[in-house]
Amino acid sequence: MSTLFAILFYFATLVFVVGTFYRIGIYTRTPAPLKIPTTPAPMNTGGVVLRMMREVFLFESLFKANLWTWGLGWLFHASLALVLLRHLRYFTDPVWSWVAFIQPFGTYAGITMLAGVAGLWARRIFVERIRYISTPSDHLMLALFMAIAISGLTMSFFVHTDVIAVKGFMLGLMHFDLQALPSSIGLYVHLSLVALLMMIFPISKLLHAPGLFFSPGRNQVDNPREKRHIAAWAKRMESEN
Amino acid sequence: MAEITAPAYRVIPIIPALKPGAMEGSGPYVSGEKMNEALGFPGKLVDDWHDKAIAKMGDLLGKYRSLKVYMDSCVHCGACSDKCHYFIGTQDPKNMPVARQDLMRSVYRRYFTLPGKLFPKLVGARDLTREVLDEWHNYYHQCSECRRCSVFCPYGIDTAEVTMAARDILDSVGYGQKYDIEIIGKVHKIGNNLGLPGPALIDTMEGLEEDVKEATGVDVRFPIDVKGAEVLLITPSADFFAEPHIDSLIGYAKVFHATGTSWTLSSMSSEAANFGMFIGNYEQLRKVALRIRQAALELGVKRIVVGECGHAWRVAYSFWNTLSGVGEGADPDDKFAQMLQKQLDHRYRQPTHICEFTWDMIERGALSLDKEANDKHIITFHDSCNVARGSSMGGYPGGQFDIPRNIIKAVANHFHEMDPSTTHEKTFCCGGGGGLLTDDLMDLRVKGALPRMEVLKQVSDEHGVNFMAVICAICKTQFSKVMPIYGFDRRMVGGVHQLVSNAIRLGEK
Repeated sequence: MSTLFAILFYFATLVFVVGTFYRIGIYTRTPAPLKIPTTPAPMNTGGVVLRMMREVFLFESLFKANLWTWGLGWLFHASLALVLLRHLRYFTDPVWSWVAFIQPFGTYAGITMLAGVAGLWARRIFVERIRYISTPSDHLMLALFMAIAISGLTMSFFVHTDVIAVKGFMLGLMHFDLQALPSSIGLYVHLSLVALLMMIFPISKLLHAPGLFFSPGRNQVDNPREKRHIAAWAKRMESEN
Repeated sequence: MAEITAPAYRVIPIIPALKPGAMEGSGPYVSGEKMNEALGFPGKLVDDWHDKAIAKMGDLLGKYRSLKVYMDSCVHCGACSDKCHYFIGTQDPKNMPVARQDLMRSVYRRYFTLPGKLFPKLVGARDLTREVLDEWHNYYHQCSECRRCSVFCPYGIDTAEVTMAARDILDSVGYGQKYDIEIIGKVHKIGNNLGLPGPALIDTMEGLEEDVKEATGVDVRFPIDVKGAEVLLITPSADFFAEPHIDSLIGYAKVFHATGTSWTLSSMSSEAANFGMFIGNYEQLRKVALRIRQAALELGVKRIVVGECGHAWRVAYSFWNTLSGVGEGADPDDKFAQMLQKQLDHRYRQPTHICEFTWDMIERGALSLDKEANDKHIITFHDSCNVARGSSMGGYPGGQFDIPRNIIKAVANHFHEMDPSTTHEKTFCCGGGGGLLTDDLMDLRVKGALPRMEVLKQVSDEHGVNFMAVICAICKTQFSKVMPIYGFDRRMVGGVHQLVSNAIRLGEK
C-alpha cells in the first residue's frame, strides 16, 4: 500500500505541476490585442497590483455582487488556505515556527472550510438560478472538497492516525526514500482524494486560480491613450498595406 | 410594433424567477448575401459551417487571451446571474451572463478540453449542432456587450468578449446579423452609418448655421473638410439630423465658437460609431478606425475630439491608439503610429472627449454660462455602459463619471442622482446597445430598458426629474423610442451638450 500511494503521489504531483505550468504557458503566450480593463481601472502598475491583491485576498468584485456568495466563498477559501499551510508540518523538519503557530487555527479551519462548502452547495441546490447553471461536475467538485474535509477532520478529532508516521512517509517521498504509511482507511481515503484533486486541477474549473492573474479585465493598466499597445499579429497588418 | 408593451415595474427590485425559453425565437434577422460579401464574409451559411466554426474558434482562442482565460476560469458561482438587464427584463435563464457564456463554453469544452472530449455530460459539454448555432445567433444578439456582469465577476470574466467572439464566428460562416453588417457596409461605402453622402451633409450643416443664427443672432459655423483646422470632430452620424442628437451637435459648435477653436468635420470620415467592435471582428474594427486616421492626416489637424457616443468613446479611448495610432507613446521605430503622432499636439490628450474639452474650457473660465436657462429641467444623468466600464476621462479613474456631471452642474441648477446601484460602473444599459438598435429586436429592447426605467420612475416621482441627460447616440435613440412605452415623454432624454447649448451665452467673452 505504501508503494501504491508513493506512486500515486509522484504521478499526481507530476500532473499537477506540468499541467498547471502548461496552462499558464498558454495564457502567457496568448496575446491580449486590445486594452479591455473593466473601468474605472488603475492607470499605473502599482494600482493594478493593489487591484489584483484586493481581488485575490478579499474577493472585491464578488463582494459587490452578492454578500452570501462572498461570505461563503471567502470562508471556504480562507479556511482552505489555512488548512493547506497547516499541512506544511508534514513536509518540513523541523517544522517552521509560523507553521507551528497556526497549527491550532488550521485544525479548526477544517471545520469552517466544511461549513463554507456546505453553504456553497446549499446555494447551488436551493437557488433557482444557480441550480440552472450547475453541471454535474460543479456538484462533484463540492463533494470532493467535502469528502476531503470530512476525512481529514475525522482523523483530527475521532479516529486518530499515526501522524508521525505520515510525516515520515511524506518526508521520505521528498527524499526518494520510501517509508511505511500507517494503515488507516481514513488516511487512504483522504490521500486518494487529495491526489485526485491535484490531478484534475489543470483540466477543470480550478483553473480559476491561475486564470484570475491572467484576466485582462483585471490585470491591465488603463493607459491606452498614453502608450500604444499592440499585439504582434495585429502589428503585421500594418506592414501589409 | 404596437403589440409590444412594457413589462411591469418590480415593486421591490427582487431577482426575477426563471422563465426558460421566454426569448427562444426572438433573435434578429440574418444578414443577406450581398451585405455579407461586401465585408468579405461568406454570403450565406456555408456547407461545412461546423468545421469552419470550430476552426475559427480555435483561431480566436489563440489570438485573444481574454477568450481563452474566460473559457477556462468560470466556476459557475452565479455572481453575475442577476446582473444583466436583458435577464431582468426577459427572465429567460439563457440571458444570465454565465448561461450566455456557457452557450459557447459548452462547445469549447467539447472540442478543446480533455474532460469535455472524454466525459461531455459530466462537464456540460455539447457538440456544435445546428440547434446550438441557432441558439448562438439568438442569444448572442440578446447581449449588448455592456460589461455590467464583468464588474461583479470575481475573475473579471467579460461576457462582451464572449459575445464578440461568437458573432465573429457566426459572421465567418455566413450567419451574421443584418443590422450590424449592413451598417458597417455603409461606413465603408459612404463614410457613415446612416449612409449620408458628403453633399447632403454639407447641406445639413448649412441649414444648421441658419437655424442657430436665427435662434441666437450669432454666426456659429459648422465647417466641413477644412484643411489646417485645429480640431477634427468625430461624432456619431445621428448627431447630424436625429432628435435629440442634433441639439448636442449645436452645443459642440457653440463651445468651439465661444472658445475660438478652429474645427472641422470630415465628409469622408463622418462617423464616430464603430460597429466593428459589436461584431468582434478586429479587421473591421481596424478598417473603420483607419478612416479617422486618414481624415486626420489629410486635414492636418492637431487634435481629435469625439462627440457624444458611448461605444465610439470606448473604441476611441481604448482602441484607437492600437488600431490607428491616434494617441501617443508609440515606439520610436513604429513608423505607422509615429506618422500621425508627430502631427498631433500632445499638450492635449489624444483623442479628447467633447466633455473633457468643454469641462476644461469651463474650468478655465472660457465660457459664459447662464444656468437659469435650464431651470425648466430637473436633471438626472444616465451613465452609458461603454463610457462607464470601457473608458475614462480626465486622466484619472472615474473621470468618466465626474466630468459629465460637473458640466451638468455648471450649466444647470437642478440635478438628482438615480439609485446608486444603477449608476457609475454599476449602470444599466439602455437596452439598445451593442448593435441591437434595430426594429426587429424591439421586444428585447423594451424589456431590456426595464431596470433603467424603474429607477428613472423613482426620481421622477420623488424629485420631479423631467430630463435624463446622456452622452451616447444609441442611448438617445433607444430611450426616445422606448420611453413612451413606459409612459414617459420621449423628449425627456437629451445630450449633455444640449444643456450646454441652452446655457451658453455667445459673444460675451
